[in-house]
Amino acid sequence: MTALPASTQKKLGLVIDLDTCVGCHACVTACKGWNTQNYGAPLSDRNAYGDAEGTFLNRIHAYQSQPDQGLARTTHFPKSCLHCDDAPCVTVCPTGASYKRAEDGIVLVNEDACMGCGLCAWACPYGAREVDEVAGIMKKCTLCVDRIYNENIPEIDRQPACVRTCPAGARHFGDLADPASDISILVAERGGVDLMPEQGTKPVNKYLPPRPRDTIGAAQMSDDEDILAPFLAPVAEEPAGFLGWLDRSLERL
Amino acid sequence: MNQPIVDLHPKTGDEVRKTTCYMCACRCGIDVHIKHTPDGDKVAYIEGNRDHPVNRGVLCAKGSAGIMQHNAPSRLRSPMKRTGPRGSGEFEPISWDEAYAIAESWLRPIRETDPSKLAFFTGRDQSQSFTSWWAQAFGTPNYAAHGGFCSVNMAAGGIYTMGGAFWEFGQPDWDRTRMFVLFGVAEDHDSNPIKMGIGKVKANGGRIVGVNPVRSGYNAVADDWFGVTPGTDGLLILSLVHCLLKAGKIDLPYLRDFTDAPVLIDARPGETHGLPLKDDDGHPLVWCRKEGRPRCFDAADVDPDLNGAWDQDGVTHRTVMHHMAHKYLDARYAPEAVADRVGIPAARIRAFAAEIARVAFDEAFLLDVEWTDFRGRTRKTMQGRPVSFHAMRGISAHANGFQTCRALHVLQILLGSVEAPGGFRFKPPYPKPATAHPKPHCKVTPGAPLDGPHLGFVHGPDDLCLRDDGSPARIDKAFSWDNPMSAHGMMHMVISNAHAGDPYRIDTLFLYMANMAWNSSMNTSGTMRMLSDTNEDGSYVIPHIIYSDAYSSEMVAYADLILPDTTYLERHDCISMLDRPICEAEAAADGIRWPVVQPDRDVKGFQTAMIELGARLGLPGMVNDDGGQKYADYADYIQRHERRPNVGPLMGFRGNGDATGRGAPNPNQIEEYKKNGGFALAHIPLEAQFFKPWNRAYQDWAVDLALYDKPQPYIFTLWCEPLAKFRLAAEGYGDRQPPDHLRHRIRTHFDPLPIWWDPTADHDGGGAFTINALTQRPMAMYHSWGTQNAWLRQIHGRNPMYLPTEIWTRHGFAEDDWARITSPHGEITVPVAHMPALNGNTIWTWNAIGKRKGAWALHDDAPEANKGFLLNHLIHELMPPKKDGMRWSNSDPITGQAAWFDLKVAIEKVPAPADGRTRPDTGRQASPVGQGPEVVAWKV
Repeated sequence: MTALPASTQKKLGLVIDLDTCVGCHACVTACKGWNTQNYGAPLSDRNAYGDAEGTFLNRIHAYQSQPDQGLARTTHFPKSCLHCDDAPCVTVCPTGASYKRAEDGIVLVNEDACMGCGLCAWACPYGAREVDEVAGIMKKCTLCVDRIYNENIPEIDRQPACVRTCPAGARHFGDLADPASDISILVAERGGVDLMPEQGTKPVNKYLPPRPRDTIGAAQMSDDEDILAPFLAPVAEEPAGFLGWLDRSLERL
Repeated sequence: MNQPIVDLHPKTGDEVRKTTCYMCACRCGIDVHIKHTPDGDKVAYIEGNRDHPVNRGVLCAKGSAGIMQHNAPSRLRSPMKRTGPRGSGEFEPISWDEAYAIAESWLRPIRETDPSKLAFFTGRDQSQSFTSWWAQAFGTPNYAAHGGFCSVNMAAGGIYTMGGAFWEFGQPDWDRTRMFVLFGVAEDHDSNPIKMGIGKVKANGGRIVGVNPVRSGYNAVADDWFGVTPGTDGLLILSLVHCLLKAGKIDLPYLRDFTDAPVLIDARPGETHGLPLKDDDGHPLVWCRKEGRPRCFDAADVDPDLNGAWDQDGVTHRTVMHHMAHKYLDARYAPEAVADRVGIPAARIRAFAAEIARVAFDEAFLLDVEWTDFRGRTRKTMQGRPVSFHAMRGISAHANGFQTCRALHVLQILLGSVEAPGGFRFKPPYPKPATAHPKPHCKVTPGAPLDGPHLGFVHGPDDLCLRDDGSPARIDKAFSWDNPMSAHGMMHMVISNAHAGDPYRIDTLFLYMANMAWNSSMNTSGTMRMLSDTNEDGSYVIPHIIYSDAYSSEMVAYADLILPDTTYLERHDCISMLDRPICEAEAAADGIRWPVVQPDRDVKGFQTAMIELGARLGLPGMVNDDGGQKYADYADYIQRHERRPNVGPLMGFRGNGDATGRGAPNPNQIEEYKKNGGFALAHIPLEAQFFKPWNRAYQDWAVDLALYDKPQPYIFTLWCEPLAKFRLAAEGYGDRQPPDHLRHRIRTHFDPLPIWWDPTADHDGGGAFTINALTQRPMAMYHSWGTQNAWLRQIHGRNPMYLPTEIWTRHGFAEDDWARITSPHGEITVPVAHMPALNGNTIWTWNAIGKRKGAWALHDDAPEANKGFLLNHLIHELMPPKKDGMRWSNSDPITGQAAWFDLKVAIEKVPAPADGRTRPDTGRQASPVGQGPEVVAWKV
């Protein structure tokens, strides 16, 4: 069993906007590229050009939903380690390889100490960890710990690879322990939520819910008051009347 | 607790080299991090270039996986000549000398006797100004890129209407738009700018509306989704036009001042009926309210009357606006009349129109920027209209696509939002009206160049590419009566026509970067047969096939001679103002690629190979006076070639390095581009950034930059005059007459105002096939390329046929079921999956995921070669036979755009095949590059 720090000075994490994530997978391959070259063993791909099975620290799932009222929806859901405050993957680790950093709360795997037993993956309710079968060790999101403090890269780029590359701006990085940080404010304004809070893991990462969908015409479809109707009040029913309106309008211009 | 020590400061690489991505057509700037290793320089990591005008630092899944494309095991390694039968994939490696000698032995004789026996077509070519120059020098009329089967309707519909198009040629005013409406989309054009823009509009509190049968990708994040029935977008748009006209929610000053809405249309019966009236100089006439007489539209003090009427010789000439009112106020376009067909309830269509009207007029704003228009009138402000539109292949790949694209432009012009703050804005070199583009050329002279550029814009029957006997001059029949306004050619008809010898036989088919034996052709199985079909004497019906590509695609197996290209990180390229640059609405921009690493194989950049081959053939412009090769390689051409004096492929760093646009060739130009991050920028002054077709400051700026040589203001053409001219010809007027069997089609479809007809009606097999079937391109793949990428293929390695709830339930489908899908042309047997967020009468799958066994260096257990499939097998390049036995091209009758999305199918549940593999079985090809490694796990 491995102990969690009593508290962390910061809670670095991601805020992922489900309203704007278009499911492009840019974060997936940017993550794969950075973390293959950097922290620990490369993220391998077995049978890479056949029925491939590779290691990814970040995957996008697409869900279909059909509400009782209204149109069906597609939601893109990026998932990676949520760097939980009460991370069960850490406390379950028999070797101490899995740990949560006291200074910033990032959950990491010390690959030198990991024996690839997979207990942490079983313990994680989010399925956010993957054993790399080639290296025989557990891999997980590092929050790009080797980018965010990295003095060899420009200051503006010191953020996780997935955040830096996200074209739609759906991924945000910062300190969620600081209520004045940009991402804490974003979470407050947009009603950010925990993923599966009932698991009691106190995830640091937050998700911003999609805005209401399909509001154009919703009132008309349900016989509610049609506030848009005045915008289509006819100037005429027939071409002759329209052309008369045209003449009058041109006179006024 | 003792925490391990983590290296927080690893170096990304030893050096950053900035070049341009080529993982799709978006052309983002990339920072390639290079590590110096004992084995040479290696690519360690690729990320977006923060300074680049296209992507501002972000990068999509494709671009971020570029390292795996660059290192793909499917890369071709040397020139090859075929040793087995076509399609077998059996080759032997040869030297470049031998490859050139073979090509020369085929090409020299036909250039000297009949250059049209070469058909040279390019696919995902980003060097069309170069390849067209080469083909022109060779002298064949048979050149085009792939626009005909891609999205020519989008380009032609826009350019004929407003002198510019969506695509990457324009963009919404992302900072100011409050409502962004997206029809369909092709994920590989402007893909990162659209994603960035969607994020920006949402962050600003604006609304995103998606009109698409499938609610995925951008439509998934759309605040409002309209799941339109395929092929009916035009009807939906004209219904919106109906609602807006009826409510008077149109921008009258804009229509009066900047469009042909007040232009008078000839009402006299006869050979000029329906043409805009013009003065002796060819300027359109409007009715001047002030003077009560017809006057030239651009007179300094003219007051155009949108409802003017000129009584002349017993007839009354009316304005375009008058004709539009009569056409679109008709009840046939009322929401109630179109709702069933478009698959959207009338109340939602009406609400959609109302919201457009609300945002365009209630959220209108003024930009405090003074500007002067082409009539010399100075305006203190710029009128903002914060509704913007964008569209792409979804609306254009139908036989009614040209008219649908025009309808969309008519809608945004009526709102006054094109080139207005908050609306849709052109990017240089646009705006540029159709009349400022070249016309197509086709005059062949043995041993000499063609008489001008191949592709262009026709303005009537006189501009068609016909032989003296009236037959098509081009192998693809572009610019013929079949498809008169086929501005991008019709690559999808080349193999079929060459195989049929219709309109004539060719000798050599030369293709670049186009997987025509697979996903880029309709009727894939048939195309494979045509490519390998033999005459009675055993010779091939298409005698010679040369193909250039970087990778071992399906098409490679069908070529006789392979010229291996480099990867995108090993090559020079120019993303040129002469071609399809990377401009923004606020700046002109172009860029380069350069070899950030050197190839480790015997390969050459295709354009360099063409320069060498052209020199061997002695083509004009490619040899010096002494007959020696003029340009050392493509880089040398990029720097030294001049299209006009002082105007070359790259606009930046000309002359001594300080000239932009015009200037003498600069031998250090590419070095300057490298230093500048791989691109050059020329900002448009603020007073010139909007209303560009009519804005004097913009026109002068564009002349300075050499976009054109004198100001060319024009008015938008809601009334498409070339269509009216072709219609007159079909009615019997004029010397150049269409064949009788096409008269009716031209008369009914070539309406100078946008119309709608059901393009799928001829595909339903008399009612047997009722379901629309589509493909869509995933954001993380580019055509067939992505499959060789070990990372991307794990994201999109499978493509079930997605079925809406209605069809899923009706047929009792369950998870892991299979279906047989049939069309009038063929059948496929494929796995299915349920997707509720889908138009109820539409099925779809991802494009180009299925692969032929042996291609792309894949292993035999690759899901793409077993579970994957192409919808293409169901789509024929010809329409079902007519009553007279004629088979027309499955294309837009106006532009020849391949009508991929007019497909109608039937579906039935079938047991999963015992072998778990999709049908049809297309056999296998030998891999000239072997198979990829079992495990990929390396660091540089």
